[in-house]
Amino acid sequence: MRADLSIVAQQIESGARVLDLGCGEGELLAWLQDHRAVNGYGLDIDPENINACIRAGVNVLEQDLNLGLSNFPDDSFDTVIMTETIQAVADPVVMLREMLRIANNCVVSFPNFANWRCRAYLVTKGNMPIVRHLPNRWFDTPNIHLCSFRDFEELCKELNIGIVERFVVDAHHQQRPMMNMFPNFFGVTAFYRLSRTTQI
Amino acid sequence: MKSQLLVTPQRFIWEDKFELRNGEQLNGFELVYETYGALNDTATNAILICHALSGNHHAAGKHSSSDTKPGWWDSAIGPDKPIDTNKFFVVSLNNLGGCHGSSGPLTLNPDTGEPYGPDFPTVTVPDWVGSQALLADHLGIDTFAAIIGGSLGGMQALQWSIDFPARVKHACVIAAAPKLSAQNIAFNEIARHAITSDPEFKAGHYLARNTNPDQGLGIARMIGHVTYLSAHGMGTKFGRELKSGDIMHARDVEFQVESYLQYQGENFAKSFDANTYIRMTHALDYFDPAQDHNDDLATTLKKATAQFLVISFSSDWRFSPARSAEIVDGLVAAKKNVVSACIESEHGHDSFLLPIARYFDVLGGYLAQINTGTSSSARNPEADQYAEAEHAS
Repeated sequence: MRADLSIVAQQIESGARVLDLGCGEGELLAWLQDHRAVNGYGLDIDPENINACIRAGVNVLEQDLNLGLSNFPDDSFDTVIMTETIQAVADPVVMLREMLRIANNCVVSFPNFANWRCRAYLVTKGNMPIVRHLPNRWFDTPNIHLCSFRDFEELCKELNIGIVERFVVDAHHQQRPMMNMFPNFFGVTAFYRLSRTTQI
Repeated sequence: MKSQLLVTPQRFIWEDKFELRNGEQLNGFELVYETYGALNDTATNAILICHALSGNHHAAGKHSSSDTKPGWWDSAIGPDKPIDTNKFFVVSLNNLGGCHGSSGPLTLNPDTGEPYGPDFPTVTVPDWVGSQALLADHLGIDTFAAIIGGSLGGMQALQWSIDFPARVKHACVIAAAPKLSAQNIAFNEIARHAITSDPEFKAGHYLARNTNPDQGLGIARMIGHVTYLSAHGMGTKFGRELKSGDIMHARDVEFQVESYLQYQGENFAKSFDANTYIRMTHALDYFDPAQDHNDDLATTLKKATAQFLVISFSSDWRFSPARSAEIVDGLVAAKKNVVSACIESEHGHDSFLLPIARYFDVLGGYLAQINTGTSSSARNPEADQYAEAEHAS
């Protein structure tokens, strides 16, 4: 399984009801179905991804996240997951609120725009950073709402969203000591576990 | 693609009483059906095809090599097609109340010696499903690997999953709805009214009077046809092209779309029975499986054990993608396994009958992953474990 997905998988309890927003090829859900006996559903709109999910025996629903999630009732899931997608949605604030309405346990991961490589790129070249974890040019990227970890945490505070747990890794999805000391400088990807109740 | 299958319709005769939902009963009935492919030894590879409003048992292949046209869903059913007859044994029947060989208004009423005509009982989707289950018993099929239907056929697949949960492994519900909207019923009523107001209808006893409400049935079909196409699709197909006449001088003008609809109407009137059309549209109108469960579809679907594939088409306004989404939401709330796809198409409701590449990818891909027990499934963790254990030893 993709390394970042296995980090998410470890945070899901057995038998949970899981909604994966932007589920891609369904790798995470397939693993969770087989190893955690979850009742899982993935949303995606890419035909190739949907075909891959069907081949993997994953419950994939063709639904555009940007058109809303109002068809999912309050608290209808145990966990809502969104990996590497929040930076690409039209309205991250609405998305976060909707996710936490549907489940009081959400896992969100996204790339860090304040990683030192991005900072160095911008300072030395004066161009929008093109680095391994953000490989697209500015006019041709799905990532329309890039942010740093600090940005994200500030938004959570404003929205009164509780950060239960944060897990920061490097480009190889490894956790290293420097990352815990200066996550917003060394971290490449962060995994946040969010809930409605503030716990930090 | 050339059709490979030569098929002969068969006949299933049920001689006992058959209770209908409305309290009436039939003293036996007959269903005409076709099969494609071979049933495996364990009878785990059977697929049932449920037809829509004007469909029949002849879904695939040809009856003789001189037939000009194959069955109505030949593009989907056959060797290496999405419903692959190399893998599956496919059963397709003409529903009870039909006019293509199964018991219906054209059948002789044993009590009168005349065709039933308008006196054939009102049949509903649950009645069809019940009669299809008897056909399955007759064929030695305890459980269907999949039950597939588009439109009214999709409603039968859904009903199967509710009425006989243990007998359906997968239900493929295509371009359907959990119940009709007032607008849907309104269109059906206009169609019925066109038929019943034709002077040749004779209160349904047209056969005994040796006549036929061609005009009314033709208009009913024209109305139906408009609702099967999308505005955009009609625009692309016909635009404002003229068949004949001179629009500048408003003389003998006939648009292509007029000529097309008239042709459809006339053809249909020759091949379909008006009483059956009325019955089939009523079956559509009355379909509402959730009405026994406080209109709660999720509760209704709780007892289903099948896995579901729900497909809709972007330009379908008769049973729009939003209607399919209602089914999906009900299934998710009921914690059922479901895959859904909305296929981009400009062909409206008719899309479900067309060989659209992505549609067939989804349907074929879904059916391909069904384990019929004859080969090991890719997603069977136990099998994987055994494979690993063998590897280790």
